[in-house]
Amino acid sequence: MPGNSRSPLLEVKNLKIEFPTRRGTLVAVDDISLHIDAGEVLGVVGESGAGKSLTGMSIIGLLEPPGRIAAGQILLEGRRIDNLSYEMMRKIRGKDIGAIFQDPLTSLNPLFQVGDQLVETIRTHLDLTEAQARKRAIDLFKEVGIPSAEERIDHYPHQFSGGMRQRVVIALALCAEPRLIIADEPTTALDVSIQAQIIELLKRLCREHNNAVMLITHDMGVIAETADRVAVMYAGRIAEIGSAENVILRANHPYTHGLMNSIPAIGHDVEALVQIDGAMPRLTEIPSGCSFNPRCPQSFERCLAERPDLMPVGKSQVACWLFDHDQKEVAVGE
Amino acid sequence: MNDMTGQTLVEVKDLERYFDVSPPFLNRVIERTGKIYVKAVDGIDFEINRGETFSLVGESGCGKSTVGHLLVGLYAPTRGKIRFEGVPLGGENERRKNIDIQSRMQMIFQDPYASLNPRWRVSKIISEPMRIHKHTDDKSRFQALVEELLAQVGLAPEDGEKYPHEFSGGQRQRISIARALAGKPEFIVCDEPTSALDVSVQAQILNLMKDLQRRLGLTYLFISHDLAVVYHISTSVGVMYLGRLVEWSDKKTLFNAPRHPYTRMLLDAIPDLSMTGRRRTPVAGEVPSPINPPSGCAFHPRCPFADSRCKTERPNLIATGKTHVACHAVEEDRI
Amino acid sequence: MVAVYPGWGELSMVKVLAHSMDGLKRALDSDIFYSFTRSPVVVAAAIVAVVYISASLMAPWVAPHLVFDVKTLNLMDAFTPPAWYADGNMSFLLGTDDQGRDILSTILFGSRVSLLVGFASILLSMVIGVGLGLISGYVGGRVDSFIMRVADIQLAFPAILIALLFNGLARGFLPQGMHEEAALYVLVMAIGLARWVQFARTVRSSTMVEKNKEYVKAARVIGRHPAAIMIQHVLPNVSGPVLVIATISLAIAIILEATLSFLGVGVPATQPSLGTLIRIGNNYLLSGEWWMTLFPSAALIILVLSINLLGDWLRDALNPKLR
Repeated sequence: MPGNSRSPLLEVKNLKIEFPTRRGTLVAVDDISLHIDAGEVLGVVGESGAGKSLTGMSIIGLLEPPGRIAAGQILLEGRRIDNLSYEMMRKIRGKDIGAIFQDPLTSLNPLFQVGDQLVETIRTHLDLTEAQARKRAIDLFKEVGIPSAEERIDHYPHQFSGGMRQRVVIALALCAEPRLIIADEPTTALDVSIQAQIIELLKRLCREHNNAVMLITHDMGVIAETADRVAVMYAGRIAEIGSAENVILRANHPYTHGLMNSIPAIGHDVEALVQIDGAMPRLTEIPSGCSFNPRCPQSFERCLAERPDLMPVGKSQVACWLFDHDQKEVAVGE
Repeated sequence: MNDMTGQTLVEVKDLERYFDVSPPFLNRVIERTGKIYVKAVDGIDFEINRGETFSLVGESGCGKSTVGHLLVGLYAPTRGKIRFEGVPLGGENERRKNIDIQSRMQMIFQDPYASLNPRWRVSKIISEPMRIHKHTDDKSRFQALVEELLAQVGLAPEDGEKYPHEFSGGQRQRISIARALAGKPEFIVCDEPTSALDVSVQAQILNLMKDLQRRLGLTYLFISHDLAVVYHISTSVGVMYLGRLVEWSDKKTLFNAPRHPYTRMLLDAIPDLSMTGRRRTPVAGEVPSPINPPSGCAFHPRCPFADSRCKTERPNLIATGKTHVACHAVEEDRI
Repeated sequence: MVAVYPGWGELSMVKVLAHSMDGLKRALDSDIFYSFTRSPVVVAAAIVAVVYISASLMAPWVAPHLVFDVKTLNLMDAFTPPAWYADGNMSFLLGTDDQGRDILSTILFGSRVSLLVGFASILLSMVIGVGLGLISGYVGGRVDSFIMRVADIQLAFPAILIALLFNGLARGFLPQGMHEEAALYVLVMAIGLARWVQFARTVRSSTMVEKNKEYVKAARVIGRHPAAIMIQHVLPNVSGPVLVIATISLAIAIILEATLSFLGVGVPATQPSLGTLIRIGNNYLLSGEWWMTLFPSAALIILVLSINLLGDWLRDALNPKLR
């Protein structure tokens, strides 16, 4: 059961990610904080440009230069990992933190048999002989649902279909028994029917191994199925964070609200979908105050001037002045 | 309102498109392999009525995109007929000669970044159909018409002077729509127009498309893999699997009472946003390769109701009740 | 803004000017120009190239002496060493050759010929190469196979050989009297034909990529003719690498021309190029009049090197955008 009283597995504190360019420094992720407990799935949702992938990359230590962590801390089981050397980070990557990326085609080296890639990763992090590692790899294949595991362990990536390849990638991510998995759009490139299979698999594995998962995606449906808690990101900040049920069904932040309502649903007959006018601002044009204010149907003067931090609303946290209880007039969102 | 709504605008019969993916001649001789074909579209019939939106739905490799390409002439059919207002259509060269018919159909594409020529200004992009289809000979009118179109799709007149890279994905799709409208078409093929867009932008574009359809009396062929979007925008829906049409009916019937096992599995596989706690039943197996489709009914390896007839005999699309279904089990009233 | 062409519409003149100013501003503001200013070697190469090329193109007005006007020559001036020698002459900065021609001026005039032949032949190569590359990439199928096989066969032969071959054929076909007049044209065609393959291949592969993009499909749906699509849609998008190849090919063409002239089958004697000068000077190299061959050689090296450096930089600068 997520959220027990032990300290969280992963803690991100006031993370700030910057990109220095010759026209000035662009802030892509601006002072976000979140945590994941062991055994829970945190969904990080947002549209393109919100900064969710960058957050995930910075946790694994794969942030591409010139991007850099400008401020904040990332703690894994209480130890800081954002300031480690390349060598130290390499040991953690794979062993303590596993990664699943969007495109299974490029996640695997096409020139090597999948078994070799698994064995290599296993032996890098665990002290096993070749034979032991191979047995472990075959077991993993069976666990992720790849039929004829003993045979397919010696196949090349191109011999697998898309869904099967993603299973191989999941096996690769799990093989050194990491406690945290960062999954960046793991089902986006897959067909709907395969998506369902992969989501089922991820959920089962997390339950059985007690992993924590950071599931980064723009697909709200996947989040609804999989996540325990959800963080909604907008223009590099967290707009709302809370349990999946609260955020999806009882959204507080006007952005989350608009987002949920703009998704078409079967059985939901409307002439026009609710739309949020405009688009997410580019990094060079982030508005002052609350970055959502130009598009927000409920913005008022304070929103243009001051940027809201996360504040408690019920059991969620929302970054919106509508919910500031110290205000004389409290404008209640729907 | 256009009083011709309801008449058949586009009719497709026995449409087939094969692609030759054989290895080169020399390889074939040495390795003694025959020619290899991908049956992207393997015998399809349907009709689209004027003023309606007909959606083609299916997973990757089912051939829905190829059908779209066939309708606008980007591919020529290997077999079968496409009729537009009763007039049969040919391949690309033939259509260029019959430009007055070809100008009445247009296409919008999935990738907003590749749909616009990066070296052309937006006004030039939008005015291209006008110049070719010669709806007006007065070139000075082009500028005014372009600005009208930009306004219609929700952009500013100054945007005509800019280049595509200065716009976001959603805005580029609007430019593509403006370009499609410039030739005053009656029929637009939309190939996954919102799949590459964020959810909130998708809502804007879908609303725009519906609005334009209402105002201009457009007919859409909407191709998508997203069933929720299809539900929102369609009048009628066709479900494709491995190049074949397995079910075709109006929207409500298809979503409320799907008959074909594949349609039912597809609807079951959709994630549940209302979180009613319904567990998804994942579909077994994966889509086979279109090079070597299964014999008989293409879905039989994954179908829980398959019997011996399904393995050998290909089912035809039969009208039953309010729908058309290609399934032996449905025909035999087994399900 | 005054309307220069009455009846044209003042608005269009203003628009054209505004567009070019806007384009210039964007170019100066761009990342390419930024990387240009960051590299001192390239800036130096660019300055050298620009100065050299302008000076030689304007040779008739810039050169100290009009060396190819026979009346101005004086055999008494022959074999004068460079000016810093005791028996040198300030008006002949780099010395004179066996006919009393000022070396500096001959270099300027010679470079002019070399450059003109170089530019013209590159232009020809570009037209043939880009054209064939576009057709090959867009049409595909047998046309593509045929053109590429021709290209492959041609690549098997060294460029010199092809140029010599073409030269010989032309001389064989043309009547004796026409040789002198036609020599320049023949030379341009020979070098042009030797160098088209690079352009064709690059343009072909870029075209094959562009052909599958949706904007080309959109143009086909509109009903545009394939030729119109190739020229108006595809060509602007594949011409980036062409510029890079053109710059480097220019250097190669100049050397090719110099070699052919050195061998005596290039430019006619009445319009010597750098190659001719090197050949003439070569005869006197060992007899002590070293300046006659050294300075034209140095000039050739400087010209080719600066163009090459520019081409290298251009390729690297354009690279991320070519992705």
